[in-house]
Amino acid sequence: MAAPASYLQIRDVVKDFGTGSLAVDHVSLDIHKGEIFALLGPSGCGKTTLLRMLAGFETPTAGEILLDGQPLGGLPPYLRPINMMFQSYALFPHLSVRENVAFGLKRDGLPRDEVAGRVDAMLRLVQLRGYEQRKPHQLSGGQQQRVALARSLVKRPQLLLLDEPLGALDKKLREETQVELVNIITEVGVTCVMVTHDQEEAMNMASRMAVMNEGCVLQVGRPGEVYETPASRFVADFIGNVNLMDGAVAVDEPDYVEIDCPDCRHHVGHGITGHVGMAVTVAVRPEKIRLSRERPLGLHNQVRGTVRDKSYFGSFTVYHLVLASGAVLKVSESNVDRFREDAPEEGQEAWAAWSSTAQVVMAP
Amino acid sequence: MSPARPALRRPPLLGPGFHRGFGRGWLTAGFLFLYLPMAALVLASFNASPLPARWGGATLRWYRELLQDGELGAGLWLSVEIAAWAATASVVLGTLAAVALTRYRRFRGRTLFGGMVSAPLVMPEVIVGLSLLLMFVSVQRWFGVPERGALTIWMGHVLLGLAYATVVVQARLEGMNPALEEAAADLGARPLQVFWLVTLPLMAQALAAAWLLTFTLSLDDVVLSAFLSGPGSTTLPLVLFSRARLGQRPDINAAASLIILVVTIGVTVASVLLARAERRRAAELRAAQRPTG
Amino acid sequence: MTPAGRPLHATLLDRLVSHPMVRRHGRATLIGVPYGWLLAFFLLPFLIILKISVSEMEEVTFQDLVTWQDGRLTLALQLRSYLAILGDRLYLVTYLISLKYAAVTTVLCLAIGYPFAYFMARARPAAQPALLMLVMLPFWTSFLLRVYAWKGLLMEGGLVARGLGALGLGAPAAALGLIPAEGLWLNTPFSLVVGMVYTYLPFMVLPLYATLAKLDVRLLEAAADLGATPWVTFWKVTVPLSTAGIIAGAMLVFIPCIGEFVIPELLGGPSTLMIGRVLWDEFFSNNDWPMASAVAVTVILLIIVPLALFNRYQAEAREVRR
Repeated sequence: MAAPASYLQIRDVVKDFGTGSLAVDHVSLDIHKGEIFALLGPSGCGKTTLLRMLAGFETPTAGEILLDGQPLGGLPPYLRPINMMFQSYALFPHLSVRENVAFGLKRDGLPRDEVAGRVDAMLRLVQLRGYEQRKPHQLSGGQQQRVALARSLVKRPQLLLLDEPLGALDKKLREETQVELVNIITEVGVTCVMVTHDQEEAMNMASRMAVMNEGCVLQVGRPGEVYETPASRFVADFIGNVNLMDGAVAVDEPDYVEIDCPDCRHHVGHGITGHVGMAVTVAVRPEKIRLSRERPLGLHNQVRGTVRDKSYFGSFTVYHLVLASGAVLKVSESNVDRFREDAPEEGQEAWAAWSSTAQVVMAP
Repeated sequence: MSPARPALRRPPLLGPGFHRGFGRGWLTAGFLFLYLPMAALVLASFNASPLPARWGGATLRWYRELLQDGELGAGLWLSVEIAAWAATASVVLGTLAAVALTRYRRFRGRTLFGGMVSAPLVMPEVIVGLSLLLMFVSVQRWFGVPERGALTIWMGHVLLGLAYATVVVQARLEGMNPALEEAAADLGARPLQVFWLVTLPLMAQALAAAWLLTFTLSLDDVVLSAFLSGPGSTTLPLVLFSRARLGQRPDINAAASLIILVVTIGVTVASVLLARAERRRAAELRAAQRPTG
Repeated sequence: MTPAGRPLHATLLDRLVSHPMVRRHGRATLIGVPYGWLLAFFLLPFLIILKISVSEMEEVTFQDLVTWQDGRLTLALQLRSYLAILGDRLYLVTYLISLKYAAVTTVLCLAIGYPFAYFMARARPAAQPALLMLVMLPFWTSFLLRVYAWKGLLMEGGLVARGLGALGLGAPAAALGLIPAEGLWLNTPFSLVVGMVYTYLPFMVLPLYATLAKLDVRLLEAAADLGATPWVTFWKVTVPLSTAGIIAGAMLVFIPCIGEFVIPELLGGPSTLMIGRVLWDEFFSNNDWPMASAVAVTVILLIIVPLALFNRYQAEAREVRR
């Protein structure tokens, strides 16, 4: 029995602006009803173009997009059951908060009391009761964002699009708003696609995400999957920090492999599809590595180096360890103890060690 | 949202004192130059002697005679009428042209269109007037209409006003956040509704400025009116021009002073209102930035 | 996929917009209306005067141009007017005089207007709107009247005439050829230039001010930080960055000045005959339509080059800003 078709199907979509390279290069995605899906990638990767094609501001050069089984085709934005929250909020400066939120409902020709009722309910949801008569320039950044959200949700769209929702807010406000935003969207229950270049935002808010680069989707999965099991060098490097070590497979067994790198030998606790002598890259995230002044027990998954930099960030400390080959290993340690006497200092020698489940083996 | 740029300070040119003094001096001299003729006109309008060279004592005689000047009165009425219609048509056509030029990157004959729109801005009015007149005469030969008169003057003024109105409106449109129109479309507004409900209200100030600008241009126009007028359609500038060619006339001085007075009051009132609205807006912005959540 | 519930009472405007004809041709209508106006009132007249300039008198039919002779189409262009233009030195001289005065006016406007705009942009931010209003105010009052005022100021016994004489500037001015004789300030090259500079100064100041006000002061600070004196900063940073404003102002002054009519008429003299006056006379005084048309066509063609450059520059500037 075939799996039920997903709610939003993006099938082999291509967008060519005629600049030589494709803005969106044969992207296919399946997004489920009710989930918050993030498109993550650096500037110019095509995520915003893809979002605009969902909204209807751009038409795909090839491929199709289906929402709940219905093809969107060349449907103009004002006929799609999709609403978007813009990066700049795009609140109408000449209309009050109430009029802004009611704008979309009025275009549908709904009776006046229904419009008023739904606007009131939405403003209560985003906690802006009492601000109805204000104009956008009389609101703070956070308040403007809530109006923009209310305006895009009040029409109960089948799909909500967020374009860099938290880009304009400062750090503190961003953290609070992330949680609030997810709560509101989940409470309303709308399917949501968001675009961001901020990986923390994507991992925090989304239930699933796609990492994009140069128009292509590199990996799709839950934030935990993408972070802990990156499929390629780019993904591993783009999300969080990572140490990438090139090497060759020395021992290939069904339940473990050993990989020889210039500085150390990895013992990885699972098998891989490959053969002895194959060139691979081993990725180990800095927080998976432990530093110590004495040599740790065991033969593998350890390396000695000199501390070049030590950066204190309050809740964690980042060390840069120069290895024998000249490569630099990044280690991040949580400051579990308030004062640690045996912490390695700059210039000192130290040993870095990790477990055999800490590595991800990928193609070079 | 980028941080506000620091206000333009005054690093010294040759020394802070010299710089400030030189600047003030130049500006003062410049404004004196600009306002000297206007002040002279006002002064002369009260001069009992018709020759500006001699001061014959203060009098209101010329103003009294002005009130009875039928030719000037008729000319004024006609000019205002034409100017109002010309300004309205210019703004309507100019808005259409500006929207066409900003929203549509490519269409057939766009370069020609852009060129024709902006050409009247710089072309000598004598040439524009001559060409229009010849065309009107030719068309009149074929169809019997239009008779040269207020209508033809109006058409010529609209041609000129169209260019100015397009510049003003286009500048405003290009500064507008395109996301606003996209947001309106996203929320269900059809293209014309987007224009009516979002674009137009946001352009309101620019439209008003364009109307005033084209009104003034039409009211003040001499050359086009001269070419395109007919019997019985003498505009105020034409009356003044024919009189001015003959020499100094005290009735012109009185008329001029009144015009200067009206314009000064108008511009001052407008500036004060604008400044007040601007201050209020800045205060609201500051109030909103205070941390309340 | 249409939104739930169509409007119960579609307004006339909505119905108009939803009509399939308009929806398909809406864009064409939007562009078409102003386009049509311009074609009718700008291009068509130009074509007509082109036609008249190569004909006998004011016939606008094409019978005299195109005839059928011996089974072949022949074009008979009356180039009398153009030949007269080329042959008669008067037209060439007049055109050159127009160019000369336009250039002089532009240079003077730049010399006076640049410091003006510069110091306006440097003033206290609170004072700038007021300064701008003061510059614009004369613009809103009748330009005809202000030019007429200069007649009164420069005529014998006028305030400025007396002042200039008192300052002893009469002799040097006469020596330079600006005025025919001491004390005769009106209807001279001097009065013409004063009138033109006076009228066109705001057209130079405004674009310059717009450009200078947008100048990022941090660039000047960076120059100073790198060791440039204020004088050097002005010439190496400020002026190059305000090139756009300079060019815009120069175009807005130079090109219209060439064909100015009112100012030479009121303030000019016998030695300042400009092309605008020639056109007027040919048409109104001599009633020679083909001649007037030919002169007009010539001036247009000679203006098209700077005009095309102006347009190209504006378009490029827009693209860069985009």
